[in-house]
Amino acid sequence: MKKLFPILIFAIFFGLSTQAKTYFVGKGREITKIQKAIDLAKNGDTIMVDAGLYKEKNIIIQKSITLIGINHPVLDGENKYAIITIKANNAKVEGFKIQHTGRSEITELGAIMIYDSYKVSAVNNILDDNNFGIFVQNSKSCTIKNNSITAYGKNELQSGNGIHCWHSDSLIIVGNKIKGHRDGLYFEFVKNTLVWRNISTENVRYGIHFMFSNHNTYIGNIFEKNEAGVAVMYSANINMYNNYFLDNWGDATYGILLKDIRDSNISGNNFTKNTIGLYMEACSRINLYKNIFKNNGWAVKIQASCEDNDFTKNNFIGNTFDIGTNGSLVLNTFTGNYWDKYEGYDLNKDNVGDVPYHPVSMYAMIIDSNPAALMLFRSLIVTLLDKTEKLLPGVTPENLKDNKPVMRPLPL
Amino acid sequence: MIEAKNITKTFGKLKALDNISLSFDKGQCIALLGPNGCGKTTLIKTILGMVVPNSGEILFDGKPIAKEWLYRNQIGYMPQIGRYPENMTIANIFDMMKDIRKESAKQLDEDLIESFNLNSMMNKKMHTLSGGTRQKVSAALAFLFNPDVLILDEPTAGLDPLSSEKLKEKIIIEKEKGKLVLITSHVLSELDELITQVFYMQDGKILFYKNLSELKNETGEEKLTKAISKIMMAY
Amino acid sequence: MKKVLKYVILDIVQNKTVLIYTLLLAIISFSVFSLESNSSKGLLSLLNIILIIVPLICIVFSTIYIYNSAEFIELLLSQPLKRKAIWLSIFGGLAVSLALAFLIGVGIPILIYQPNGTGFMMIAAGLFLTVVFVSIALLSASFTRDKAKGIGLSVFIWLYSSLIFDAVVLFLLFQFQDYPLERVMVILSFLNPIDLSRIQMLLQIDISALMGYTGAIFREFFGNNTGIAMSFLGLTGWIAIPLFISLRKFEKKDL
Repeated sequence: MKKLFPILIFAIFFGLSTQAKTYFVGKGREITKIQKAIDLAKNGDTIMVDAGLYKEKNIIIQKSITLIGINHPVLDGENKYAIITIKANNAKVEGFKIQHTGRSEITELGAIMIYDSYKVSAVNNILDDNNFGIFVQNSKSCTIKNNSITAYGKNELQSGNGIHCWHSDSLIIVGNKIKGHRDGLYFEFVKNTLVWRNISTENVRYGIHFMFSNHNTYIGNIFEKNEAGVAVMYSANINMYNNYFLDNWGDATYGILLKDIRDSNISGNNFTKNTIGLYMEACSRINLYKNIFKNNGWAVKIQASCEDNDFTKNNFIGNTFDIGTNGSLVLNTFTGNYWDKYEGYDLNKDNVGDVPYHPVSMYAMIIDSNPAALMLFRSLIVTLLDKTEKLLPGVTPENLKDNKPVMRPLPL
Repeated sequence: MIEAKNITKTFGKLKALDNISLSFDKGQCIALLGPNGCGKTTLIKTILGMVVPNSGEILFDGKPIAKEWLYRNQIGYMPQIGRYPENMTIANIFDMMKDIRKESAKQLDEDLIESFNLNSMMNKKMHTLSGGTRQKVSAALAFLFNPDVLILDEPTAGLDPLSSEKLKEKIIIEKEKGKLVLITSHVLSELDELITQVFYMQDGKILFYKNLSELKNETGEEKLTKAISKIMMAY
Repeated sequence: MKKVLKYVILDIVQNKTVLIYTLLLAIISFSVFSLESNSSKGLLSLLNIILIIVPLICIVFSTIYIYNSAEFIELLLSQPLKRKAIWLSIFGGLAVSLALAFLIGVGIPILIYQPNGTGFMMIAAGLFLTVVFVSIALLSASFTRDKAKGIGLSVFIWLYSSLIFDAVVLFLLFQFQDYPLERVMVILSFLNPIDLSRIQMLLQIDISALMGYTGAIFREFFGNNTGIAMSFLGLTGWIAIPLFISLRKFEKKDL
């Protein structure tokens, strides 16, 4: 009794102060329609929805309520409508299966649409076969967590994005699984956002795509087998840690494409089996350290338009080409990386090679200007050319080199 | 048995055989003679089908040999130089030849294998053998299938006198069985007891083709060597 | 034909050069696989062996063997055998024995360390190259009676297909840089059996780089089963055509 007492006090206090009510919706209950319950509810109320199939066209939430599905009730948009639209602060949608939105060329139709709101949450929902999955616009501090978002997009035009955020701030996007949309995650004018532990696979275009989105952090996400990999553009102060860029290959496929990215950190990421692991164009002041580049066609392609980027302590293993570039101008630095193709020696046994490593091969330069030369890949003539070029550099940029290549793979 | 009609064969500018016609019959033992490069070997090879003449035809038992191969069942050929794949054993060679000719061989004639004592080294590889031994193998092979025609290119070259003698005896036996034997040799003295005819070639042409007895009568010489040199003086 | 083939094979498999070749291949293969930490890197090293050493040994050995067998061939010609049968027996004997050497020296290590599609493709490509270069050796030996010239011709053909051809292709690529050349490249690759085999093997190993960059044509052509079938058909052509020409020459040849 003594122990229970404070809890009781707290419960009474809490109950009185909020006066929250809980509504139940379901077949055979007093309320059978979700929209009806929402209309009845006041700010702070909770609506519990029984399992079952609900076809209510567009459900609109304009109050700060919590909408919870029990055993994932199904909300079906009958291929015509957006399904849940939220225009209220502190609203929460949890535990639904939301499917079959409409598709429109004029407006964006999505499973969960969040407009002009603050602290909205979408948690533990299953989104299946929707145009857009979760759509966030002009909102702040929203949480999108542990949703499973699947679509079956065939091409870029007929498919929307998995999580689409526009003009928003301080979002938290965690633990979502996105598959088969146009872009898995799409951000435009989004800032101060955390993207953590999401898995974005097999999307029609990009695993993640952001533009004009500064000060965002991406940690521990997995981007796998997306048609065009990952593309991020025109942004600054990006932190990317411990993400995986895997198996993105095809004609123009990148693990990640960075265009006009400035003042950012890219560290601890794993680029494996991509056609081009990391592609950089017009980027500046990016620190790339402790990343793993493994079994890519090109580990890194860095255009001559990049400057002041620094590659330190990365592992380059089993890539066909380590570095590709399109010019002789090199304004980037490479220091203390491990290159499995390094053939130098280490006389003083300090694990640092005594001669610099030139990661750009002559053949890589040839391919860059003349892709058809790929027919000669690994032929004797190419090997001879590369060896000659190593001895007497003429074509490859002479100062693109790692002066302190390490002899053994770094423990990353 | 073997008939040639107007055979001509040129190698570049060289006329190796110049309009040669001839006829060889059963029971004859013919010495093919002539200086080096006179066309003897080419003639043999033409008969064997290794060299295809530019014009003319060769009949074997009355049938043209062009593009034929089965007639060679009836020929035993002993080449001038016997070189064999180096890792084959003597047994391999004999087995292979038996495989090739098993349909045609009425009965195998292994006399020479025995008299040359080849059985004792059947498992030796060809590249370990001396030139003489290889000649013995060649000779034994030529006689093995009991062919109607024997073509022997310098048969005794490289053989020791004893083996040489054994081979000659064998040739005589076969000749007397009514076979046709063609021999080229530089050692004319050996041929005395063997041959019935002399076929002499020079510059791709037949100089003469005579019975041995006729030749000896004409020249009045008893020895082939002398007879030939005498007749050559006359030309 | 079977009658002679059996003994030719018997002879060649006991040949010292072939035994050393087999042993050499086996030593290289096993050491490549056991020294390289990752076995796909081992496959890459083997790729060079298959593309360079195998054709060289096959063409030179076969050429020398044919010249050394001149008297043996004469002997066979004096037997009741068709010329075609003799020539095909020699071809068959060389092809079977050298293919066997390759299977033992490279095939077995691959089957032990890499028993997958890539491994099988490498074995297939190596076997095809073996037979292709035996066939080409027959062709070059049928061109001249002179052993030294014949061997010289063979070495030149090898040098041509492993180096000179590619150098010319590279030169052409730079000359016609402004034109779309992918389709031409596909056709050109059929003109060289080594290129054809290399591309097939690479499609199994470095597939990402190949597919990503040259665009659709390469992938569409070589990447699918039709392309693989076409490539091996091309290699079969490289066996059949030289063999056919050499056979025609041999049938008319004076020995």
